Amino acid sequence: MIAKVTEAHEAPEISSESEESIVKKRRVVVPGEIIVSGEDYLPSEGTRREGMNILASRFGLAEESGRVVKVIPVTGTFIPRKNNVVIGRVTNITFNGWVVDIDSASSGFLPIDESPRFINKNEMDQFLAIGEVVAAKIWSINTRGIDLTLKSKGLGKLEGGFTFRIIPNRVPRVIGREGSMIMLIKEKTGCDITVGQNGWIWIKGQNLDDQIRARKAIEFVAEKFHVEGLTDKMEEWFEKN
Amino acid sequence: MALKREDGRKASDLRPMQAKVGVVPNADGSAIFTFGDTIAIAAVYGPKQLHPQHMQDPSTGILRCNYDLLSFSVSDRKKPGPSRRSQELSKMTQWALEPALDLEGFPNTVIDVEVQIIQADAGTRTAGINAAALALAHAGVPMRNLVCAVAIGKLDKDIVVDLDKSEEDFEGGEGPTDFPVAKLANTDQYTLLQLDGKIQPERVKEVLSFADESCAKIYEIQKKALKEALGE
Amino acid sequence: MSTMDTSNLTIETLRQMFEQGKRFDGRSLKDYRPITVEHNVSNKAEGSTRVRIGKTEVLAGVKLQVGAPYPDSKDKGNLMVSGDLLPLASPRFESGPPGFNAIELPRLVDRAIRESGMIDFKKLVITGEKVWTVIIDVFPINDDGNLIDAATIAASVALKDATFPGLDKDNNVDYHIKTQNKLPLSKETFPVSISFYKLGSSLFLDPTREEEEAAEARITFGISLWNGQNMINSCQKRGAKPLSRAEVESMMPILLEKQIYLNEKLKKFL
Repeated sequence: MIAKVTEAHEAPEISSESEESIVKKRRVVVPGEIIVSGEDYLPSEGTRREGMNILASRFGLAEESGRVVKVIPVTGTFIPRKNNVVIGRVTNITFNGWVVDIDSASSGFLPIDESPRFINKNEMDQFLAIGEVVAAKIWSINTRGIDLTLKSKGLGKLEGGFTFRIIPNRVPRVIGREGSMIMLIKEKTGCDITVGQNGWIWIKGQNLDDQIRARKAIEFVAEKFHVEGLTDKMEEWFEKN
Repeated sequence: MALKREDGRKASDLRPMQAKVGVVPNADGSAIFTFGDTIAIAAVYGPKQLHPQHMQDPSTGILRCNYDLLSFSVSDRKKPGPSRRSQELSKMTQWALEPALDLEGFPNTVIDVEVQIIQADAGTRTAGINAAALALAHAGVPMRNLVCAVAIGKLDKDIVVDLDKSEEDFEGGEGPTDFPVAKLANTDQYTLLQLDGKIQPERVKEVLSFADESCAKIYEIQKKALKEALGE
Repeated sequence: MSTMDTSNLTIETLRQMFEQGKRFDGRSLKDYRPITVEHNVSNKAEGSTRVRIGKTEVLAGVKLQVGAPYPDSKDKGNLMVSGDLLPLASPRFESGPPGFNAIELPRLVDRAIRESGMIDFKKLVITGEKVWTVIIDVFPINDDGNLIDAATIAASVALKDATFPGLDKDNNVDYHIKTQNKLPLSKETFPVSISFYKLGSSLFLDPTREEEEAAEARITFGISLWNGQNMINSCQKRGAKPLSRAEVESMMPILLEKQIYLNEKLKKFL
């Protein structure tokens, strides 16, 4: 049932781009590659120390912030973290909550107490039926599984619009520094957009064309995630598309 | 007298290699790896939920490998479906890769690795392992090292690297010997050791030296393929 | 890749989009994605191809074997189409004994090719006791929708590419001998599958996997040229929703249009 998180830190609310001032240029590393050498460095996520060297323990972008060295994954499945907003689908209703598929190695569980208002045990499927889509927040990860809540702004059952998936690691780019990228996309298309950290995205617009455009924009950003100055490029993109 | 191989290679020459990742867009990670005419493709799905529940391991994620030949990858068509050979090589592939992975952070999950040989010209299991290692890295699975594999051979008395099919069928003297080896890149840890043929015990260290040299070259090819995936 | 199916919200949005003739990738409901064909993907096959339609990729290979003819067709060689839905190609495909989809795909390819008359089976006879069996294997490498259309193209091209292996003095096959002799095929006949998918009241072609998961019904036609005329050689409808007569009749002109389109597009690869 699962999902013990080896590093129990919470999801960053801002993307790592905000530390640009002290971050050295990132470079691609492969497992086992030496990133830096020296006793002063501190191995963080995705790295390990072997003697004098800090080595990559996964494929991704190596980043040095001061003395801390980590490897940011840019591919792969979603690793759930506390406070992540995720988009999922109800797959089952039990006596005390909803089982939600959040496209992760273990299912999420939304206890009946975590719904935004009081729900009677008899009307659970009226509130949320099997197959319906929710935006929820992860509030606990423990041996039993991933516990979700809807008690926060912007969460709840999603109605209308559509969902689609991008590679989860690209989500920070789609959100942008302090939300700048997603805000730009919302502005240019007039759409409601909820971005799940699990790579699932919900878009609802006034009309179909706006929705299609918003998806295209997001997929473009997700694909070009490693390009610098992407926010400016997106202004250009919106002129042309 | 320098050994003359049919395709003009020196004893220590590998066949031309190619590697590329991201070849199966649906997969979490994927790669193609080629030794000469042997082409292997690998796709990784996971970590993901493992069903049925009784197969789950609460202390770690599980690696599950499937290796097989496409029916038209070999001259004598192979019927689709697992054979005993493919079952053995699936397990060898799993054991070759497992030591490189860190799956304790994914209890109760499974990582599925699928390896298919598109064109077989000897060295298929080693090409498969190289492709699988790339696919696992590409999938962002926590990995301490890449895994490199090569089939070292012996033609009569000469130790050679990366046998092709015609060399596997070599006759004369001590005959052909096939010694597939895999190791954790940049270490002295071997994760696959198999042998068919005849070799004196004293010569095994020569084989391992050839393997080390070849694997260092394979590592460079793998590293390049991964870096190119991110446009570098 | 996601293990989550296309959501109900997306299916409803696709239904509305299709009603307006819109798709996420900008195509019309009748457009095929870009198609590419590569030859000789395995030099151990007598003929082999890789076909991509958009991100969907299928490999097909032809192997020729010698054996006894079937008792009720002693003057003909044989055709067998096989393959598998490799778990490599999609998180939806599982290892183990073939499920319905894994069985259906090669069977549809088989009928499109067999019924087209493309292969002259009588010319596959070697002696009274020995005939050639043509075996086509199709394997998806990436499923992004519409595998059947891609697989049929791959099989047809592989057949056109295929050459006989040699025979030894006892008329047993010797794969070490390669000949330049192509299979006895009709020059004009190039079987393709064209599948129509339905969602709500819209019919569409060549779906992505997301669109295919939203489809409520599908009908696949095998079609080829025979004696200068376009002939439908095979047909199979699947899915829980019915098709109306009007819908089926509306497909006919599109079927012809697309048969011509595909043949044109594939010309440069042949």
